[in-house]
Amino acid sequence: MTALAHVPTGQSTASSPPPAARSGRYRFLPYLLLLPGAAWLFLFFALPLLQLAAASLYDPTGSLATGYAMTWAFSNYPEALQAYWPQFSRSFLYAGIALVLALLMGYPLAYAIAQKAGRWKNLLLVCVVAPMFTSFLVRTLAWKTILSDNGWVVGLLRDIHLLGPDGRLLATPVAVILGLTYNFLPFLVLPLYASLERLDYRLLEAASDLYASPVQTFRKVTLPLSMPGLIAGTLLFFIPATGDYINAELLGTPNEYMIGNVIDSAFLVRLDYPQGAALSFLLMAAILAVVFVYLRKAGTDEVL
Amino acid sequence: MTAMGHDAPAGDLRLADLTKRFGAFTAVDDLSLTIPQGSFFALLGASGCGKTTTLRMIAGLEEPTSGQVLLGDRDIARLRPYKRPVNTVFQSYALFPHLDIAENVAFGLRRRGIRKVDDQVQRMLSLVQLDGYGRRRPAQLSGGQQQRVALARALINHPQVLLLDEPLGALDLKLRRQMQIELKRIQTEVGITFVHVTHDQEEAMTMADTVAVMNAGRIEQLGAPADIYEFPATAFVANFLGQSNLLAGEAAGSAGREVPVSAHGGRFSVPAGRARADRGPVYLGVRPEKLHLAGSADQVPSGHQHVDGVVTDASYVGVSTQYLLRTSWGSELSVFVANSGTHGQVPVGTRAVAYWDPRHAFLLRREPGEDDRTTPVLDEPVGASS
Ligand SMILES: Nc1ncnc2c1ncn2[C@@H]1O[C@H](COP(=O)(O)OP(=O)(O)OP(=O)(O)O)[C@@H](O)[C@H]1O
Ligand SMILES: [Mg+2]
Repeated sequence: MTALAHVPTGQSTASSPPPAARSGRYRFLPYLLLLPGAAWLFLFFALPLLQLAAASLYDPTGSLATGYAMTWAFSNYPEALQAYWPQFSRSFLYAGIALVLALLMGYPLAYAIAQKAGRWKNLLLVCVVAPMFTSFLVRTLAWKTILSDNGWVVGLLRDIHLLGPDGRLLATPVAVILGLTYNFLPFLVLPLYASLERLDYRLLEAASDLYASPVQTFRKVTLPLSMPGLIAGTLLFFIPATGDYINAELLGTPNEYMIGNVIDSAFLVRLDYPQGAALSFLLMAAILAVVFVYLRKAGTDEVL
Repeated sequence: MTAMGHDAPAGDLRLADLTKRFGAFTAVDDLSLTIPQGSFFALLGASGCGKTTTLRMIAGLEEPTSGQVLLGDRDIARLRPYKRPVNTVFQSYALFPHLDIAENVAFGLRRRGIRKVDDQVQRMLSLVQLDGYGRRRPAQLSGGQQQRVALARALINHPQVLLLDEPLGALDLKLRRQMQIELKRIQTEVGITFVHVTHDQEEAMTMADTVAVMNAGRIEQLGAPADIYEFPATAFVANFLGQSNLLAGEAAGSAGREVPVSAHGGRFSVPAGRARADRGPVYLGVRPEKLHLAGSADQVPSGHQHVDGVVTDASYVGVSTQYLLRTSWGSELSVFVANSGTHGQVPVGTRAVAYWDPRHAFLLRREPGEDDRTTPVLDEPVGASS
């Protein structure tokens, strides 16, 4: 991700070649150190990925009981897309809306912690991270209770007529999107915080000395300088949120199902391995495409 | 929005009872002064005496604890920084790392909605001798180059008041002289009021119309450079701006046009007009270059006063030789003798007398119990370098 480092640090020209070949004894040391990680990645990432790629091309008429024949069935892909494009687009829609909500909450939060919190900084950071000490599943189940039809949130919203007498939150897109927003917010806030923490307040003073109103200062100085954190945070939020299935499962109904739910059921319920594998690859490709376009746009200075 | 009145006549910059406290610490203490429109005002003072804090209050980056900042007859002390027709060259440069040099310089113009900036930016860059650097990023420039960008970035706006916080500190001597000349030229041509903080006394004296010497949040003395140098108001000023030999003595009131002083067993006098105090404990001050050396007391011209001593050190610095003369009571006086070729060098160890014209001496108030203050020769005297 070279685009994350789009603010030049002036080191590009100054970096000298590592003195690797100097002593023969240590020449292979770096590769040796690489070995455990590489072996791990190979065994548990590259091989399964290959396996998955193969599975996505199996004969779709096979089954676990009869076994699958490799028939290079590329038609699995268009068929999977045909059947599940609503869930597919819903995934991106929900994750996108959740991302916007998270940005609206997370940016001010990260900014406040980084620049204004003073001695409360560490405490606030702990507060951001603390929910992650409990399991993802438990937290989402807690939301199920909070948003339930006889919970206080729905009660309050009905009282102030924001919800009709029969209106509900649970089992609606609202609940799923809220869940996504909540669950992945720390992944957005932490990289943003790291970027904003490094922001030199004297640059903000210089901007305001040079006739920039607070809004202009934000647009022309704060935002561009927090870009690396913003990009990293956005990706860390968006990628897992798009593939998530827990939130739709626990807070929604099949009408809110996302592509993660479909893949989940293809593998574990319907036992349609070729389709599950094809959908997995489609999701991966789609996310890669979105990320690529995003980085191309956001990685340049002219984005704003 | 355009900041108000960019080309309108500004009026004088006035600070009235300006005070800034950080907790219990008073950084700027009841400061009052007037800086006439279009003048070059230099603020001198030891590190930590409140110079930057004063500039920040004028720029609007620091809220005064009390007091007013007036531009013309408008109190701007509560105005947001971006609404003040004031720009700052920051001590820390504060260049925007994500913008190239040209965009850094153009920043202020663009924020005021000016579209066509290229010509002005080019002119500004060549003024600070950075032609062709426009597309670089600040991190790719040397410290001195960055400092010049900071200068260009503020100057391009033609503010009514330009605040310069040690704007030339990182430059070599030659470049610094060139920039001083440029700054002075711009200041006189455009008529911007400059408030210039510097540690370089020579810079302050050569450039400024008015110099203020600050100490612990207060202004100790303010005036034309020559006036301050020739007749300092306090012992601090006498030693901060150039060097002084200050002899502890006692005065007992003026007698006619003279103030008699007794110091270390000797009797001296100072014209009444050059006495800041004429009673009680005083310092008798003489600048090192106003002292002359002679072999013995009978060579001292009439009307001059003198002290005896032994030459303990002689440093040859080209334009002059700087002697230390140890007096009979153990203080060391600095004596600068111009190397004009009329005198030979005085060898270390010889007995000599230092004499001066009383009209060059001055009398300052002294806290009871304070002893002589004669500064060791640490840096070159003002005006000694070419
Ligand atoms: N935000 C602050 N909080 C507390 N004390 C401060 C703050 N800013 C400045 N000070 C103190 O106020 C005093 C004056 O600081 P200032 O920056 O004005 O000094 P200065 O005259 O510019 O010094 P220098 O020549 O070293 O730049 C210093 O003692 C400094 O420690
Ligand atoms: Mg300072």
